[in-house]
Amino acid sequence: MHKLQIQGLTKRFGGLTAVNNIDLHMDDNEIIGLIGPNGAGKTTLFNMITGMYIPTSGKLFYQGQDITGIKPYKITDIGIARTFQNIRLFLMMTVLENVLIGLHTRTNTNLFDAITKNKRYRNEEKTSHKRAIEILEMVGLKERKDEYSKNLSYGEQRKLEIARAMASNPGILLLDEPAAGMNDNETAELTRFIKTLKNFGLTVLLIEHDMRLVMNICERIYVFDHGSKIAEGSPKEIQKNQQVIEAYLGKGA
Amino acid sequence: MIILFISFMTLIPFLGFSPYIMRIMILSGIYIILALSLNLLTGFTGIVCLGHAAFYGIGAYTSALLAIHFDLSFVFTAIAGGVVAAFFGLLLGLPTLRLNGTYLSMVTLGFCEIVRLVGLNWMSLTRGPMGLTGIPFPKILGWVIDRDAEYFYLVLILIIMTWVILNNLIQSRAGIALIAIREDEVAAEAMGINILKYKVLAFAISAFFAGIAGSFYAHYASFINPQSFTFDESIQILSMVILGGMGSNLGVALGAIVLVSVPEMLRGLQEYRMLIYGAVLVIMMLTRPQGILGNPKALKIPRNN
Repeated sequence: MHKLQIQGLTKRFGGLTAVNNIDLHMDDNEIIGLIGPNGAGKTTLFNMITGMYIPTSGKLFYQGQDITGIKPYKITDIGIARTFQNIRLFLMMTVLENVLIGLHTRTNTNLFDAITKNKRYRNEEKTSHKRAIEILEMVGLKERKDEYSKNLSYGEQRKLEIARAMASNPGILLLDEPAAGMNDNETAELTRFIKTLKNFGLTVLLIEHDMRLVMNICERIYVFDHGSKIAEGSPKEIQKNQQVIEAYLGKGA
Repeated sequence: MIILFISFMTLIPFLGFSPYIMRIMILSGIYIILALSLNLLTGFTGIVCLGHAAFYGIGAYTSALLAIHFDLSFVFTAIAGGVVAAFFGLLLGLPTLRLNGTYLSMVTLGFCEIVRLVGLNWMSLTRGPMGLTGIPFPKILGWVIDRDAEYFYLVLILIIMTWVILNNLIQSRAGIALIAIREDEVAAEAMGINILKYKVLAFAISAFFAGIAGSFYAHYASFINPQSFTFDESIQILSMVILGGMGSNLGVALGAIVLVSVPEMLRGLQEYRMLIYGAVLVIMMLTRPQGILGNPKALKIPRNN
């Protein structure tokens, strides 16, 4: 049984087929790359995996469980968390609060506990704060915990978004162009960071245009073009694949 | 600090203020509860509700009818007023499944009108424009509240209860979920927050406290008619929240006090009164759009270090 299995997934918007009959699978503790030109359907696929779009046809399985068409907030609960291509932090909340939101599905005090501030509530608050600080330490933002997230640098915001997703203790982490807009130094640092995610036991699916990053850290790569999968394999295989070269550089290159 | 403030407040009725001043303070108290409750919805969850007066009215009518026909204790009528209002809040929260932003605000506005018209036309229950008269004094465990000082204490207790409950709520897991919804709904849902559940919850809790404020008002005024719960009233409450500072409980409480007392202070200016009142609002919004205490720092969560 694969950790994530996608079977014949298709999404049509009116006459446009954004994602066409995709098969994909991921195993535990893998780092998988998803590449392809703009408009190839990578983010649409992410949106279907996280429940934001309902597939036109096809099935999604997480650890053998059919998760097709389940609501986004439940998908997070089940164990798939994501970041966004255009960073979507809670800007008027502090760094720590952003991570606390990530812990939402892993905490369970109810309104009565909150209003009376009983022992259960205080205990949970203590443990979730501790956990949030731990996660911030992993991504190197512990010192910035009381800063409003809008005041962070671009690279820090990217990291915070990953930290927020990690807080839900996901079985699979989906990263949508984590290196977008980063300079070489920041990208190199991010590359190291994503490698450490593997050491934490995470399984990562990654959309990225930065080829150095992708080739450096992904164990397997899927290549999309015009909504269809045109290749899959190890970084080495992908680099030599004629179809991939054509998709990126055009025919006759 | 808080104890000092509360003990100061308990002294107020002994300072020999005129009945007129006492009345303004009690009215301010009612509006503080209304503004605090609306702040949960508008300030923290980001839903601009133009129908808060409807919940206020539902609470007022519910407890007035219960008190008139069954002569029940205030504890019971107030809770009943709150619960019935919360029920309608829940119903009004459900369209949030499909509607957002301005469209949702239009729904709340429509709701406010419906409630007012039902109040005007359901003669057998509400006596229409004639209103309900002879609402008995509030009774708590056999103790009848009929003096200004007692009303003052009662509203003070209600404010403190509302304040503590809403404040604890905001600091909790549910509270930061509401703020997250305000900040970015898509991201909030991706973090595992059930948007519909929390919005409906915000509506229901907000309506509950507005209902309690209505219940107090009904007993205090001893007369209510649909004219007290119009769209203008909703706007008045919303202005308090915006002027005070959305997302700051202390701010909206100040906003309520300012917007109740300023028109009274300007009474000497006769017909120029509302003109100046309007100008004050405009200048305030131009110079301090975030409101009196509208600093995002008001959204602080207690930190355990």
